[in-house]
Amino acid sequence: MTEKQFPREEYLASGHRGCAGCGAAIIVRQALKAAGKDTIVVNATGCLEVMTTPYPETAWRVPWIHVAFENAAAAASGVERAIKVLQRKRKKYANKKINVIAFGGDGGTADIGFQALSGAMERGHNMLYIMYDNEAYMNTGIQRSSSTPLLASTTTSPVGTVIKGEDRPKKDMAMIIAAHGVPYVATACLSYPEDFMNKVKKACEIEGPAFIHALQPCTTGWKYDPKYTVKIGRLAVETGVFPLYEIKNGEFKITYRPLKRKPLNEYVKLQKRYRHLTDKDIEMLQKYIDERCKLLGL
Amino acid sequence: MSKVKIITGTSAAAEAARLCDVDVISAYPITPQTTCVEKLAEFVANGELDAEFIKVESEHSAISACIGASATGARTFTATSSQGLALMHEVLFIASGMRLPIVMMNANRALSAPINIWNDQQDSISQRDTGWIQIYAADNQETLDSIIQAFKIAENEKVLLPVMVNLDGFILTHTVEPVELPDEEEVRDFVGIYEPKHAYLDPDRPITQGPVGVPSCYMESKYNVQNAMNNAEKVIMDVNEEFAKKFGRKYGNGLIETYNIENAETVLVAMGSVCGTIKEVIDDLKQEGKEYGLLRIRTYRPLPINHIREALKNAKNIAILDKDITFGMNKGAVYTDLAGFLKDKKTTNYIVGLGGRDIRQDDIKEIMKHAEKAEDGETKWMGLKEQ
Repeated sequence: MTEKQFPREEYLASGHRGCAGCGAAIIVRQALKAAGKDTIVVNATGCLEVMTTPYPETAWRVPWIHVAFENAAAAASGVERAIKVLQRKRKKYANKKINVIAFGGDGGTADIGFQALSGAMERGHNMLYIMYDNEAYMNTGIQRSSSTPLLASTTTSPVGTVIKGEDRPKKDMAMIIAAHGVPYVATACLSYPEDFMNKVKKACEIEGPAFIHALQPCTTGWKYDPKYTVKIGRLAVETGVFPLYEIKNGEFKITYRPLKRKPLNEYVKLQKRYRHLTDKDIEMLQKYIDERCKLLGL
Repeated sequence: MSKVKIITGTSAAAEAARLCDVDVISAYPITPQTTCVEKLAEFVANGELDAEFIKVESEHSAISACIGASATGARTFTATSSQGLALMHEVLFIASGMRLPIVMMNANRALSAPINIWNDQQDSISQRDTGWIQIYAADNQETLDSIIQAFKIAENEKVLLPVMVNLDGFILTHTVEPVELPDEEEVRDFVGIYEPKHAYLDPDRPITQGPVGVPSCYMESKYNVQNAMNNAEKVIMDVNEEFAKKFGRKYGNGLIETYNIENAETVLVAMGSVCGTIKEVIDDLKQEGKEYGLLRIRTYRPLPINHIREALKNAKNIAILDKDITFGMNKGAVYTDLAGFLKDKKTTNYIVGLGGRDIRQDDIKEIMKHAEKAEDGETKWMGLKEQ
């Protein structure tokens, strides 16, 4: 799919209550355009669920279900198997191929929902799980998660006089899910819609579980001007902070290779969550990112 | 054709789920529920039941997958016990709030600590406020029959609530009894096919399930669950009658069952398998010319208060047995639920059988004697060793 072929249909209606510049809404919009009408969405508790469904309003034009915070993958398992058995026994859903897509934030996926996700991936359900990663618990007020990057300040990893920001590196969810041996794992970023949408398409077409780790710049939590959501996403990729790749049937492939990686400073200087960084801190982070990029062959 | 099999309570539960042609089973093993899910796995593996069995990694995921499946329109069954039920706790509220007619078998077992795999009813009683209908079976036949009835009750459009069928761990789960398995066709005719009009996920008719309940609508949504509970009382009675007509067995009026209550001044109130022991004691004492009665609460939620009051109208001493304890009150939950409605009676409370402590016929006799001479409101822990 190229830009000119992007479907015009919108499955996430405008008028939802997301912040101006909300990256989660952009991720869902792109994902559903790629997946199409015959899609059921399972949503973990979090920003996305709250901003799209204050009863009696809903922004969803596809069937949608929310159960709780930590169980989107388990609920999606039930949806997927129900479709399978109802098609077989009751001739429901005709012979349509129905995509089951679960959306969870980094907290609902990498932390509290980790066990349910691991179970669902291991059991081989035909589903796509998209983790929209804004690198902290944004819905509850920017608390750190296991997906918060090193040195970022959050409300529970504040910049104090002794400890300055998050003291642990980011959990590598894509590689952890890849270790489950699922047929499709990818990273994606909303600033590269073509790359992301093609990955969603592939993930839906493939039989079995798929996982996409989508980076989601968050204006509120990362503290930047809302107009920079796409720009910051692009910088995350161009600097090598968030490399774009896929692992299809065990085969690793970089899907976007920056011509020359930009210096980390360009990425961090736009975000107030990093404003406490010293030159030495940036140097240390740059080294960390260089090493990770080297590992991935970037 | 119906046939009689000598089976355990967990097998009876599994047979019931098979007879009801469930579409999705999602469960996680825990003693003493395991033989139920093993049997179901066997049915699916042998093609005796056309269902998807999701072998989840926890009870939390078991009930979550049930919600996903039920919300897609599938008839859904799960089974658990004790710690597993406790782990499901937050999701139980969601199942009832989303009005999904999931049916669960719960093998009543004590809660940790200390860890204990034996019977009491603390596990399900601790879930009494989750919006699930709760039925307590007294034997293996009733376990099977109650699960069949449970699907019909849960899926009734006036109800649309999940149902938990409880049976005492080991006492029923691991004890074989002759159980009549009704004819498969007749059961399927009785329960019908689940065709939800309120909740299903279909791309041709997209609906949003489980949205944010803002303060302007949350109370109404909970009030509707209460209304459904009110409706359930009659539906449970009707289903009990209908079941009796078709299969020849009934359980009191579906809500409560009474035994020798008419002429008895002292009546015991209890739930589950202990009622069998109580009936035997009542029969023995009758031989000696002493009259005691039993009121068995079969449906604990909705709690049929009016039926209970009416049944106890001639009784003076009400001895309420609890296989659970509300710490800090020194009372069991059944007692605290009922005492306020029985102010004109003398009510006494007996904490019995926690963690599998035997409840012997002598204990029942002691309770009867105690209830006659005790003060109103007394609590007695039965079979407690001196420390």
